[in-house]
Amino acid sequence: MTQKNEVLLSVRNLSVSFTTEDGEVNAVSNVSYEVRRGQTLAIVGESGSGKSVSSLAVMGLLSGNTSHISGEVEFDGQQLIGADPEDVRKLRGNRIAMIFQDPLSALHPYYKIGDQLIEAVQIHNKISDSDARKRAAEMLDRVGIPAVEQRLDEYPHQLSGGMRQRVMIAMALINDPELLIADEPTTALDVTVQAQILDLLRDLQKEFGTAIVLITHDLGVVADLADDVMVMYGGSAVEQAPVREIFYQPQMPYTWGLLASIPQVHVNSTRLDPIPGNPPSLINMPAGCVFAPRCTYKDQVPNNLCETTKPDLEGTSEGHFARCHLSSTQRDAIRVANNIGRSS
Amino acid sequence: MFPYIIRRLGLMVVMLTLLSIVTFLLFNAVPTDPALLTCGKSCTPQIVAANRIRLGLDQPLYVQYIDWVKAIFVGRTYGSGTQTFPCHAPCLGYSFRNGEEVTVMIKAALPITIYLAIGAFILWMVFGILSGIYAAKHHTEWQDRVIMGVALVGYSLPVFFIGLVLLIFVVVRLHLLPYPDYIAPQTNPVQFLQTMILPWISLAILYAAYYTRLTRSQMLETLSEDYIRTARAKGLPESVVIRKHGFRAGLTPIVTSAGLDLAGLLGGAVITEFIFSLPGLGRLSISAVTEYDLPTITATVLVAATFVIVANLIVDMLYAAIDPRVRLS
Repeated sequence: MTQKNEVLLSVRNLSVSFTTEDGEVNAVSNVSYEVRRGQTLAIVGESGSGKSVSSLAVMGLLSGNTSHISGEVEFDGQQLIGADPEDVRKLRGNRIAMIFQDPLSALHPYYKIGDQLIEAVQIHNKISDSDARKRAAEMLDRVGIPAVEQRLDEYPHQLSGGMRQRVMIAMALINDPELLIADEPTTALDVTVQAQILDLLRDLQKEFGTAIVLITHDLGVVADLADDVMVMYGGSAVEQAPVREIFYQPQMPYTWGLLASIPQVHVNSTRLDPIPGNPPSLINMPAGCVFAPRCTYKDQVPNNLCETTKPDLEGTSEGHFARCHLSSTQRDAIRVANNIGRSS
Repeated sequence: MFPYIIRRLGLMVVMLTLLSIVTFLLFNAVPTDPALLTCGKSCTPQIVAANRIRLGLDQPLYVQYIDWVKAIFVGRTYGSGTQTFPCHAPCLGYSFRNGEEVTVMIKAALPITIYLAIGAFILWMVFGILSGIYAAKHHTEWQDRVIMGVALVGYSLPVFFIGLVLLIFVVVRLHLLPYPDYIAPQTNPVQFLQTMILPWISLAILYAAYYTRLTRSQMLETLSEDYIRTARAKGLPESVVIRKHGFRAGLTPIVTSAGLDLAGLLGGAVITEFIFSLPGLGRLSISAVTEYDLPTITATVLVAATFVIVANLIVDMLYAAIDPRVRLS
């Protein structure tokens, strides 16, 4: 029997860079995290923060021609970086599955829903067409698609966006994977449909015990689904903590900025507070803290430390790590002064 | 699907009718008196005048057209009295230059052109598509650059150059093959193949180069699509990802080009037929043009254009077979 709290995926010092004509792009720098069986880790960050790339690296889906990957990715005791690609392929879609942002472009436009699902079953199982079709029908039914038999013979363009994402989820979970990587699964959907898809993911996770790596920029989704959170900025993990800690005791100015940009119904403010400035260029990384150029509080750190030295990911409390030169007293003072984090 | 085909077939008839009118007018637009061309060396104005009446050329244009179209379905007889020239349905005219029914001449030439076109088509499709896929698979590596370099050379060389070089080296210098001398495959299959292999290759080189580039660019585009990432995420082996998911999606423009290129060749591969002395449709139409053989010109134009129109219809129907998003209604 597998233990509920056993570490399923362990990523250590993962770095990914791409060679481009403009120079070396450091998309992910030294990221480490763990995902336990049946738990959800949310990776949060804006576009270009490296959250998708790090997951594609875990899946072995980055082209070896253009990307350089270093570090360790251990899935259920099996080292994936540097492993035989054939071994990694056999895990994909079988024990590790992935769903993507835009379900229309992620489903093949020329093949019927049923055929795409049947294919997913048959890659990893020696099973007859009719049994695979039965399995596909069961799975579509499970993700809440009505008139399953009819849907199996339809093409992706005949379905609504929400239905397509349900099909993607059915396809990902059809081989009962232990880990599901969900790359912005609700971003391309209507708000009402988003909630349905999140509910579905939560129910399925309960039912199948699947661990989920949820990649998102939506903190609402994080609060809904995650057990642990990793905030990424400029290719680095800047804060890692259990979900409650992120919302109640955030320790890093970038996380504060993210929290401040969530609309809040009970606050009488007409404007949101965006984070000033732009994400860093991944080609010429700042020497110091990646967030320093946009950080409002860097002047409170003496000796211009934020601009010159990259802070380490330091533990601030049990299971909570942040990459910031501010002292804990300074952070507490700023949080109180600006009413950051929900009062508990 | 079915009503669509019916409608397209109807449209095809309209197109062919318009086409026949245009080619027929072309016939009459030539600055030569057609009656004069029917008359041999010892020509007198009396004979010309008599021939004009025999051929119906004294009739108004629309009557001539109707007679011409009618002949395609029921045949007609040119001349009168003792001098009659029967032209059996489908009668496309009577070539007085050659003293033969045009239909008979086309029937003799057409198989040669069909063999030439289809043989070359198979060669270039196989080589073009395979090397295009291979190049795309090895994008940014040396294999890709080598294939693209070779394709550029193949694409740049004119077909008469390739044909002549092949002829001079393979036949004249190295004596690997006898001189091309066309013979029907059912009469002597070995000689048929010996004659056809060089024309097939020289035609195929040009087109294969084009199809390599086309396939490669199509594959590069589709392989960067999200659904290819999904296919890989499902754990499909790379060969299946490329063949089943990538190639299938990039097929549409290839099918379009292939259909029209094949149809164009079926109308006659003029230069290749000339270099390798193949008495096909292309040679027939060129000699008809140089000899002012008007009925033959009209007929070959009509046949070639019919191929293109039919190919268009087939390509459109293949679209729907390839891409389910194309609704044929």
